[in-house]
Amino acid sequence: MNPVPDLYRILPEVVLTITGVLVMLLDAAMPKTSRRRVLGWVAAFGTVAALYASLLQLNLPAGTAYYGTVQTDGFSIFFHVLICAIVLVALLVSLDTFPRNNQHTGEFYALITFGAVGMVLMTSAVELLLVFIALEISSITTYILAGYRKTSGKGVEAAIKYFLLGSFATGFLLYGIALIFGATGTTQITEIALRIPGAQSQALVLGGLALMLVGILFKVSAAPFHVWTPDVYEGSPTPVVALMSTAPKAAAFALLIRVLWGAFPTLHSVWVPILWVVAVLSMTVGNIAALRQENVKRMLAYSSIAHAGYLLAAFAGAGTASITAIAFYTAAYAAMNVGIFAAITLASGYDDSLPLIQDFRGLLHRAPVLAGLLLFFLISLVGIPFTGGFFAKFLSFSTAVNGGAFWLAIIGLLNSGLAAGYYLRFAVTIAQPPVANPPELPTYRVGIAVAVGIVLAAGATLILGIAPGHILDAATSAAHSFPAAISSTLP
Amino acid sequence: MHLALFLIFAAVALAGAANLLLQKHPINAALSLIVVMSSLAVLYLLLGAEFLAIAQIIVYAGAIMVLFTFVIMLLNEGVEEKTHGSRVAKLLGFPAVTVFLALIASIILSSETHLGKVIIGESITTTQDLSAVLFRDLLLPFEITSVLILIAILGAVALARKDEQ
Repeated sequence: MNPVPDLYRILPEVVLTITGVLVMLLDAAMPKTSRRRVLGWVAAFGTVAALYASLLQLNLPAGTAYYGTVQTDGFSIFFHVLICAIVLVALLVSLDTFPRNNQHTGEFYALITFGAVGMVLMTSAVELLLVFIALEISSITTYILAGYRKTSGKGVEAAIKYFLLGSFATGFLLYGIALIFGATGTTQITEIALRIPGAQSQALVLGGLALMLVGILFKVSAAPFHVWTPDVYEGSPTPVVALMSTAPKAAAFALLIRVLWGAFPTLHSVWVPILWVVAVLSMTVGNIAALRQENVKRMLAYSSIAHAGYLLAAFAGAGTASITAIAFYTAAYAAMNVGIFAAITLASGYDDSLPLIQDFRGLLHRAPVLAGLLLFFLISLVGIPFTGGFFAKFLSFSTAVNGGAFWLAIIGLLNSGLAAGYYLRFAVTIAQPPVANPPELPTYRVGIAVAVGIVLAAGATLILGIAPGHILDAATSAAHSFPAAISSTLP
Repeated sequence: MHLALFLIFAAVALAGAANLLLQKHPINAALSLIVVMSSLAVLYLLLGAEFLAIAQIIVYAGAIMVLFTFVIMLLNEGVEEKTHGSRVAKLLGFPAVTVFLALIASIILSSETHLGKVIIGESITTTQDLSAVLFRDLLLPFEITSVLILIAILGAVALARKDEQ
């Protein structure tokens, strides 16, 4: 007996889809010469409505809909709100920086909105086929958005590389799903968990788990599946990087938790060591490679790989504490990363007029407010107290220690020290006095949209650092959506 | 009979796939892809998936490949240029792929005794069975696919359409 109408369970997705279709229709109905900026506002308002719809779902009892394919619970709502907020900030930043003469403005905003449908659906899907389609929606939109600078060689390179490698990774995920179906006879996540202990071929189950892990770890750009990240971030327009370095990753981390704690809790002792190794590799490879970068976006790409490593460290923790730390870290990572890419968009523009770290020299003297924000986000990425980055890292490492992964936390701390090197180098460059002939800054009218967007990101980073109570509570209640995690936490 | 059919069409599929990679002209590659698709359809049929086999022929070997060849002919792309390729990929890639395939094969072979068997014609999938899955159990994935197709169209417009001026 399910008294809740099924439609309520997918309300945010429905709102986002309608918004996307509306943007497309308005785009077609508008006269050819008129400016299409208003479409961005339509998309932004739709995203706010979807965020509100997600919050409305808090009133629903946790449960599934559409024959057990989607599930709304504290976990899905936490990530719904997070992803909608990221998409909102990315849209606001695009509103003021997207080139006026681009002939595909309508498609740009529609794609972001439809991409959000896939991302939010990934966090609430409990049927692997639905997971696959949602993941494809989110991935294909990012492949397209990565290639939006059609005239630049790097843009095309980014899109093609991302598309080829991404499709390959999705193939792994699909193969894994097929093997799991072969072993258990179902693709419903909770059903899989019930049938695994009785599965006749444990080899098939393990093979399926391994292949699915490859597919998902690619999407979160964890080493050794990270090779695409720097090239793609370098070639994509910066407002798009703000989106794709955060929202699809948040969705993929949610999916990782959903799959591991939902379908494979009995194999906890198998996947924890795998993620241990991947976490160490991601941190180390990411930080060492970042030290040697001259290009800002490449440096931040490697930094995002390292952050994926810190985040995966929390998987070593026990039960609900682990999920809480991961959810919290995802929120903090998203806030500071979307913020720093927004600030870089403002400083160097849609077309990357300041590609190198050196080009940012003297920014503090030329644009103090912007440089101040940039420094604030850098401080948070380093993990200095009173920022979201610090508290999230602290939570992740302490969870790992409590889970018995003492060495993982030590390696994480050493890596954080290493990471401070390149973040501080960038910060010092920004603060240095300007050179005689500085490269020209792109002239934007800093409008209300981008100001609101960047203030939202900065505010979120600050609040996550100094008053994390509410968000921590939400993350904890998200973690309690997994019965397997609760029972494993109890002594 | 089963085994013979399987061996023949598996070999044809593999040969088609190898030929697809070796051919220099896109049209030849596309035609080998049709061979691969069609022989896969026979393999599906042997697995007792009649609907899938026919869909494979109509949709993949038919509709999609016709579009493929049309596009290649319209674009009139020349013969592909040969580049050197990466040494690392050759040295590491081939052994890694071999190990990976061996691993997958051994996993599947080791669980062979636990897996079920199908015989052609043993149970016929009716339209009723299909629609029960497609329009009830997997209704939401089925509907959401429309969003996926929509973004593919949007992407094609955004990336492939020539800008004015």
